[in-house]
Parts: sequence; structure tokens; C-alpha cells
Amino acid sequence: MNLQVELVHQRNVLITRLRGELDHHTSELVRIQLDEAIQRGQINHVVLSLKDLTFMDSSGLGVILGRYKLIKAKGGRMVVCDMNPAVSRLFELSGLFKIVSVYDNERTALTGLEVVS
Amino acid sequence: MKHSGTNRMSLQFSSRSENEAFARVTVAAFVSQLDPTLEELTDMKTVISEAVTNCIIHGYDNDPDGEVTISAEIEGEEVTIIVSDKGHGIEDIDLARQPLYTSKPDMERSGMGFTIMENFMDEFEVSTELGAGTSIRMKKRIESKKALYN
Repeated sequence: MNLQVELVHQRNVLITRLRGELDHHTSELVRIQLDEAIQRGQINHVVLSLKDLTFMDSSGLGVILGRYKLIKAKGGRMVVCDMNPAVSRLFELSGLFKIVSVYDNERTALTGLEVVS
Repeated sequence: MKHSGTNRMSLQFSSRSENEAFARVTVAAFVSQLDPTLEELTDMKTVISEAVTNCIIHGYDNDPDGEVTISAEIEGEEVTIIVSDKGHGIEDIDLARQPLYTSKPDMERSGMGFTIMENFMDEFEVSTELGAGTSIRMKKRIESKKALYN
């Protein structure tokens, strides 16, 4: 598998670190792991940490949008941090920037969530 | 012997999702001969990934026994890539090209595949026939080499 998913619980926030390549083939892994963690745990918000995400295409956008809807339906927020220019361009093109906040790193993302909640 | 000045390659593989990475890396390696920038190379990988994913999901409905063909040629600074399948074909191509439209909303598709391909490439055309398959032809001029030498 060309993608590793690392899940870290920090109080009511699920930090999701994606390492490698997110495409149609690997997006299923992200979907299953995140949905399980969101359904099971005491999670209000999700931070998508994309520092080591080296590739993403529209299948990645689809899986991110799907998790956004899930967490929003539970009254929480999803924020993204550490995205590279290529990923940022896809967010721009698809209008995802209009619904998710973007931060420089995990620390500022967590701070941002606490201010709001 | 007369040289045509065109460098060609073609690739044929099963419509399995694990081949998406194989396809984009292989095409990127071929295009690397033109000294693209990192951004141009990423664009190319993304576009190939979109096209191949479409063949697998839409052309063959995730049936791994289909066949995806990619042919590419470099002529001067221009790369032409054709990605095709012998799958279902697209019923309404104008609708399929609309940003955010997807024929498979239950599968969490973003509906951005065609939009990304059109945005990242200089030329883009689709030919499709119901029951016979779909072929996408795209062109991009790789500019970086010129910028480097001027």
C-alpha cells in the first residue's frame, strides 16, 4: 500500500496524518479507518494533517468531502493543515476551501479548533 | 534512415486500482525526458490518475478484467497522451464534464476528474461510444526547458 494513515486522539480531536499517495486505490483505506474512528470514539473534530502527502487526485477530494459531511452531521468541524501547493490547487479548484479552514501546522490547527468550540 | 522526430510509447494493463499508481509513475518517467518542472510533472501524474480511474470506475464498473491503454508521444516540446478503455462509454458527455457532477454519488466521487484534466492540460478531447468505450486525448506543452536555456 502506498499510503499510511496515522490516527492520533487528542482530547476530542482526531488528528489524521496521511503519508504517501492518496488516489482511488488508497482512498478506501482512509474511508474505512476514519469512519471507524469517528463512529467509535469521543470525537468532535478532525484535523487532516497532510505534510507527508506526496500525491492526491480527485478520489482524495471525494474521500475528504465524504468525511467532512460525516463530521459536520455530528456537529463537528474538519480542518486541514500542512498542505503542499499541488494539494492546495485541487482544494481551490473543487471549492473545498469554502468549507474547510486551512492552517500551517497541527499546533495552529488545534488552537484554531479550541477557539471555535 | 529518416527520423520522424516523434518519440512514442504505449502501455496496456488490467483495470485494477493498484495500477493507477503504476500508470502515472510510468507516464511521468516518459515525460521526464523533456525536463519538466516538478509542478508540470505533478500535473501530468494527476491527469493520468484521473483518466485511468475513470476507465476503471466508469468504463468497467470496477471489473478488474478490463483493459486500459495509454499511448503517449513526445514531439518537440509537446506531449500527447491518449487514455482509452473498451468499457461502457459515456451517455451524456456534456453532463459528465460539468464540475462536481458524478454519475456515482453513492461512491463519494468528487465529480472533479474531467475539470482537473481540462484545467491541467492545454488541449483535451473525449470520444466515446456507448457499449464500445471511451478515449481521452490530451496535449501539453512542457515549457521549462525553454525557460532554462533562454
